[in-house]
Amino acid sequence: MAQNHPDRGQRGLPGGTPRYSAFALAKKAMNYHQDWQRAWRDPEPKAEYDAVIIGGGGHGLATAYYLAAVHGLTNIAVIEKGWIGGGNTGRNTTIIRSNYLWDESAAIYEHSMKLWEGMSQDLNFNVMFSQRGVLTIAHSEHELREMSRRVHAIRLNGIDSEILGPAEIKKFVPTINIDQSIRYPVMGGFLQRRGGTARHDAVAWGYARAADDLGVDIIQKCEVTGLRRQGRKIIGVETSRGFIKTKKVGCVVAGHSSVVAAMAGIRLPIASRPLQALVSEPIKPILDTVIMSNAVHMYISQSDKGEMVLGAGVDKYNSYAQRGSFPVPEHMLAAAVELFPVLSRLRMLRHWGGIVDTCPDASPIISKTDIEGLYFDCGWGTGGFKATPGSGHVFADLIANDRPNKIAAPYSLDRFRTGLLIDEHGAAGVAH
Amino acid sequence: MLIITCPFCGPRDEVEFACGGEAHVARPLADNKISDADFADYLFMRDNPKGLFLERWRHSAGCRRWFNVARDTVSNEIVEIYLMGSLPVKTAAKTTYKTSWRRDTAAEKAATPSRSKAGGSK
Repeated sequence: MAQNHPDRGQRGLPGGTPRYSAFALAKKAMNYHQDWQRAWRDPEPKAEYDAVIIGGGGHGLATAYYLAAVHGLTNIAVIEKGWIGGGNTGRNTTIIRSNYLWDESAAIYEHSMKLWEGMSQDLNFNVMFSQRGVLTIAHSEHELREMSRRVHAIRLNGIDSEILGPAEIKKFVPTINIDQSIRYPVMGGFLQRRGGTARHDAVAWGYARAADDLGVDIIQKCEVTGLRRQGRKIIGVETSRGFIKTKKVGCVVAGHSSVVAAMAGIRLPIASRPLQALVSEPIKPILDTVIMSNAVHMYISQSDKGEMVLGAGVDKYNSYAQRGSFPVPEHMLAAAVELFPVLSRLRMLRHWGGIVDTCPDASPIISKTDIEGLYFDCGWGTGGFKATPGSGHVFADLIANDRPNKIAAPYSLDRFRTGLLIDEHGAAGVAH
Repeated sequence: MLIITCPFCGPRDEVEFACGGEAHVARPLADNKISDADFADYLFMRDNPKGLFLERWRHSAGCRRWFNVARDTVSNEIVEIYLMGSLPVKTAAKTTYKTSWRRDTAAEKAATPSRSKAGGSK
């Protein structure tokens, strides 16, 4: 395993063992698919683990998988208060891209992108990663200029990015309205062709199955109620299913980061906000890429089932309610209909909110804390899904070696004291 | 959609308001004497409770005045609305104010030396 360079994509890592076939599918059809085996075990928590990951979302499961696969730490557990992938992993709009402005961001999101490119093979699980392109639209002269500066910076970091004019955009996305008379006209845009989408549930399931195969215990319906310390050292986790002894705890709980941090008396610069998304009724294919707009706070793609998947900007006040305020999707839908008049009579089927952990500089925290053995991977805010593999990969490295690697180091909690912020507000060219 | 009762204009839809985040964050007065960590507490660290939260709102599409709101972040219930420069009076909001970690920060103490001298006259 060590011979795999982490930057190269982790092909060759132990993924889940093969167990599905066309023949099995046909055979199981005979009894209405009632006796499929579990994809991962449902173990009782052991008394002690080498490390415990709190949070069974994509990032937490990826962390556990890379801890086991890359660092050989297999006596570990992922504890999840609900079910795996039931939080933001199953609520996001599945957009993947790595076109960030700053070097630190380029490093981690591109690291992630490379892992995406090999993920289905690594995990032996089809995560339906589709590099259909992500096109961010500019609606003013100023935004377009800012965008071209960004495109050059991104290209200098070796990441693909290109500027398109309105006519090229129309050719790329025939359904879009490029009429210059609309309120927010399409002035141009920038495209990352390697960007795209993946099936979010499959990412959670793939990591869970592969981690489970390596011996990781995935314990669902187990809520953390406290962190037990001895002086400045972590000695275990109190849960709704009893005390679990461990020397290392990795917290990957997104919107609830501040709540878990408070259990250890740690303060975070995080505000938990609802981020909303909607899907429409399924229609025939009309959009084969991802369109984002920062100025009008809208992003849209079409799922393989044909549903239009739309996401909005983050709500303006703190909430843990997992539902958002109505004005936010209303504003976003108005913009969507103007850009895509073909959507105007489409009915929306579902609408939901996820609680995202937003940071003052719109960049994540991947960090040790003042307490020995307690690590945080949080603050991914509205853009965590795309970072799932990269975040898990560097966080596993941090937990295993008790020091951040080159990619994770700038994301220390200490940056709020030193002032070395990674200001990605708007710099990434998207809604954060 | 929240209906927020502006203390000056009465009940209005949330679209008329802007949320200003955590209330009662005191700017350190002894600015040069305070440590970087303490200043980071003031500048970046925020209370982010699951439950009752004291926050500032501004009636930006109305009278444009600021005021404080005690709101539950799970149920969105607004427990109390009170003016800038005053403290909450309802029991739940008062408890939230008193138990906030911010009461113990250096910035808070430096900003309101009389309070810390009086042994926390809350």
